[in-house]
Formats: sequence, C-alpha cells, structure tokens
Amino acid sequence: MISRVRAADLLSLATIGMRSRPLRAALSILGIAIGIAAIVGVLGITRSSQADLLARIDRLGTNLLTVANGQRVGGDAARLPEHAATGVARTDGVQRVTATADLAQVQVFRTDRVPAYRTGGIEVRATDPSLLGTLDGQLATGVFLNEATTRYPVVVLGHDAASQLGIDRVDAGTRVWLGGHWFTVAGVLRPLELAPEVDRAALIGLPVAAEHFGFDGHPTRLYVRADTDRTALVATMLARAANPAEPNTVDVSRPSDALASRLLVADSITSLLLGLGAIALLVGGVGIANVMVISVLERRTEIGLRRALGAARRHIAAQFLSESLLLSALGGVAGAVLGIAVTYAVATSRGWQTLVPVTGVWGGLAATLVIGAVAGLYPAGRAARLNPTDALRTS
Amino acid sequence: MSDVVLSLANAGRTYPGTPPVESLRGVDLTVRAGELVAVVGPSGSGKTTLLNLAAGLDRPTTGSVRLAGQAVENLSDRRLSGLRAYALGVVFQQFFLMDHLSSVDNVANGLLYRGVPADERRRAAAAALDRVGLAHRAGHPAGKLSGGERQRVAIARALVGWPALILADEPTGNLDSVSGAQILALLRDLHSDGVTLLVITHDATVAEACPRRVDLRDGRIVADTGWTE
Repeated sequence: MISRVRAADLLSLATIGMRSRPLRAALSILGIAIGIAAIVGVLGITRSSQADLLARIDRLGTNLLTVANGQRVGGDAARLPEHAATGVARTDGVQRVTATADLAQVQVFRTDRVPAYRTGGIEVRATDPSLLGTLDGQLATGVFLNEATTRYPVVVLGHDAASQLGIDRVDAGTRVWLGGHWFTVAGVLRPLELAPEVDRAALIGLPVAAEHFGFDGHPTRLYVRADTDRTALVATMLARAANPAEPNTVDVSRPSDALASRLLVADSITSLLLGLGAIALLVGGVGIANVMVISVLERRTEIGLRRALGAARRHIAAQFLSESLLLSALGGVAGAVLGIAVTYAVATSRGWQTLVPVTGVWGGLAATLVIGAVAGLYPAGRAARLNPTDALRTS
Repeated sequence: MSDVVLSLANAGRTYPGTPPVESLRGVDLTVRAGELVAVVGPSGSGKTTLLNLAAGLDRPTTGSVRLAGQAVENLSDRRLSGLRAYALGVVFQQFFLMDHLSSVDNVANGLLYRGVPADERRRAAAAALDRVGLAHRAGHPAGKLSGGERQRVAIARALVGWPALILADEPTGNLDSVSGAQILALLRDLHSDGVTLLVITHDATVAEACPRRVDLRDGRIVADTGWTE
C-alpha cells in the first residue's frame, strides 16, 4: 500500500493556484513572457532582415571586384597603365573586365546656360559598352552605349546623375551640355547597389572622350567579374595583373564586402539584445519563485489536508513543481506568440519576408522549462518538508 | 474477537524545546474493528497528539504505534502516506473542505492519493454523499453549505474509501447543538453499520453516546471503559 497520484490528476493539481488567483498568476509569468518575447523578437527581426540582406547580396553577386588607381608611397596619385584591363582579363578566374576612366576636368550641365560652378557633383566617366554586362546593370529608360555610339557625343546617365539633371525620360531631343559640347542622352540606368560611383556618373564612350577631351587611355577604375568560388583568390592577383610595375599602388576591393559587414554589425547588436532578454528571463524566474514561495505559505492548510488524505512528501513537491513549470511554460508560450507577432509586424512593415526563428522559439521554451523547474525547486521542497501536524494547526 | 485496527504500546511523544514537552507518555490503547471509541480529556491532555499518532501524521518518540497491522515507526514516508490513503479517514473540527470545489469533488479527493481514476472517484463520492444524507447537495460548492452540511461532506470524504478506521477530531466542536446532535447521530449510525470510529472530544454528550470511553489526563490514560462486544 503506497500512495500514488495519476498524471492527469497532477496536471489539474498544478492549476489550483492559477485558478484561485488568476491575476497573480498572470503577473508572475509576465517576466518570463517579456524575456521570451524579446529573445524571439530579436532573433526573428534580425533573421528576417539578414535574410533580406543576404538575398540582396546574392542577387547582386559577391563576385564583382573593382581595381582602382591608388597612391604612391609619397602620396601622389598613381595611374593604372593603359593596358591594365588586358592584363586583368588574362588572369585566371576572371570572367569579364571593363575599364572606366574618370574625366575629372570635364563637367556636365543640363544646358549651356547653367553657371560653371553648379556642377552638381556629377562625374563624367569614359567607358565601353561591356560595362552594363559587367555590372549586371539595367536601364530605367532608353538604351546603353554600343560600339557605334561610343564614337559620337552620346551619354548614358547614372540614376543619381539623371535625377540631379532633372531627366526622368529620354527621347530623341534630350541633350545635356557636357564639357562644352551637346551630348544626346541615350538612356538612364537603374541604381547600381555595388557601384554607387556609376550612379553619380555620366557615361560616354572611350573614343569620343579621346576625341573631344584628350583622354590619354589610362583607366582609373576597372570592374571585374570573377568566378564566384574563386573571387577571393582572383582578388589577390589583380593588383599585379593590372599594374605589374607598381602593384602596391593598385586598390582592389570587393563592393559586396560592405554589405556583408552590415551582417556582422547586426550580429553584435543582436547578442546585446539577446543578453537583455536572458536577463529578463532570469528575473522572470525569480518572480515565479517568489510567487510560489508565497503560495506555499498561504496554502499550508491545503498541504496539511493533502498529507492527511494520503499525499506523500513527493506528491506535494510534485504538485508545486508542476505548478511552477506550468506557470513558466505559459509565460514562455505567451512570450513566443508575442515575439512572433512583433517579428511579423516589423518584417511586414519593412517589406521583408517574415522568418520565425524556429530554434530560437524551441530553445526559449526549453529555457522556460528549466527556469520553471529551478524556480519551483525551493518552494516545492519547502511545501514537501512542511510538517503535516503543524500545517493543520495553523488555521 | 475482532481484528485490531489500531494499537499503541507504551507510546510516547515528546516535542523538542527547553524544556522538552512530553505530550503523551506510556499510552497503551487497542482499538478493534467495529468499535466506537471516545477519547476524552481537558485541553492539553494530549488528545490531539494521540490523534496525530493514530492518523499516521506523526510518529511516536517512544513505544510503538501499529496501524492496520503495520508499525508506523518503521514505515517510509511513502508507505505511511499509503496507510493514510488506504486505511484511515480523518474528520477535522474545522472541516478543511476546498470551498471552491463542489461537495462531490471534495469527497472524491478522499481517493485522490490512491491513484483511482477520476470518474471512479466521483462515483464512489456520490455514493458516500448519499450515505451521509447529502445526495441532493452533491453539486453545491462546499463553501455555500451550512456548518452541519460541511461536516457531513467531511465525513463522507473520510468514508469514501471505506477505511479500516475513521478518526474524528472534535467533530461537533464548530457546530451548534442541533447540527452537533445530527452529526453524532450520523457517527452512531455509521458505527452500527460496522464502521470503526475513534472520536476525540471534550463534549460530554458525545462521550456519553459512545460505547467505549478513554480518559486522558496529562498525556496518560487514566480511565478506559474497555472493549465491549
């Protein structure tokens, strides 16, 4: 003859406290709920935003490299050799290369009436028709330069340059005043996330640059598409390929690195917020332990009666431990729902796809169970150790 | 000769303190199945200590207490609890009902720690309520019943598992004389059905209504009318 309690009965015993004092139960789980909501929300929001960023990087490609002229040791600007692009194109792993040259002395205006000092910060760059393909760019309107138009006064505007000049559509009569010549606008580019300098540029052909502006053939910046899985390796070889004589003066960079570094920044903020969530969780656990201790003190008579009815110490302990676990789990579920709702709201408002951090949710719920168990241990032990004759005498 | 359901042999209970309090000393008492025994004594005579020992809620510091054939002092907590769940029913002066629960659920709690399934518990509880004349109050919350009704529910809870022994601690102590008389009549009625009862009281009316009377004073038995067939 040993006393025993059925599992189903234990569950209903665990709800006695919250049924008789629902407001107290609700307040006691608030800390846990906030902690879990914070953790799930932070993970969900960063996950959703990172997924968005990763999708953008993926779309833009991580295999774009730029090669630019840097500086000599003395501080004066170095020049890329005339045939830099040819050297780069011969490098193993390079798919495409396009040379561009910044024509620093040439300025572009909407008309010939605009005073010379109002340049608007638009750069004029000479390039060839392969630039569009190398940058994987698209035209907002019109057409890009081709082999024929590179010989004539024809210009394609970057996205920012076009809005600076007030040009939103292109027809046969659209012209700009470029370096003292009328240039016909052939097209306007869409924004290029990996090459913002092209957004601010007016692009003309290399031959026309040589003809009108005395372009000497030295490029200032090369755009290179490499094999995706060999990009890093190719990057190390480009300086020597572009300028074998002075490889130290060549700047090679990978524009997608700037986007990727944003992921790292987000990561460190995420850890900070997760730490705060964990602290909220801990405080929530202390709150539950507090409420359980008070509950045990208040329910001495009930404990004594249960002992008289045949409950063993372990059954009293199990009852209060289950109550603590149940409270904590309810807090965890409420917090997870709240966190997911917040993630959904933020992601939707930013136009991201909502990504629920599944491991975060399960991990959070597992953490609440551990916290509930730890928070319930002391009160449950106290309840179980209560002497039944003392407990019955209190009333 | 009937079975012995409770026997105290030279049992004593001393509570630690300065000086230690010797609530019960050298008590010999045997209760056989079917008896109705009143334990009488002034306050401080050790009645409640005797009840706690008999109910398996406490263990003797000296001597031996045997409940349903088992020596209490040798049992683990779980086995002693099992004894309370199966062999004993206790009725308290303050009833100790759960006010928010219905009468039938309060009574069903008497079987909770035997691991009986819920529907079976409620069936047995309904029968026990019927036995104490409260079938019509089965669905009422215990908190809404009168004092006499509450004590009937408590008796039904002690009775629901048909234990070997029912202990009652001042069962009429919180009741008016009419309700008290009804409870006493119920206890006598149960006795005539063969239920074994040990009633602790300082109420002379209750004591006189019991076939056997044990007098306690300063922790010792000073008089025992003995077992009568």
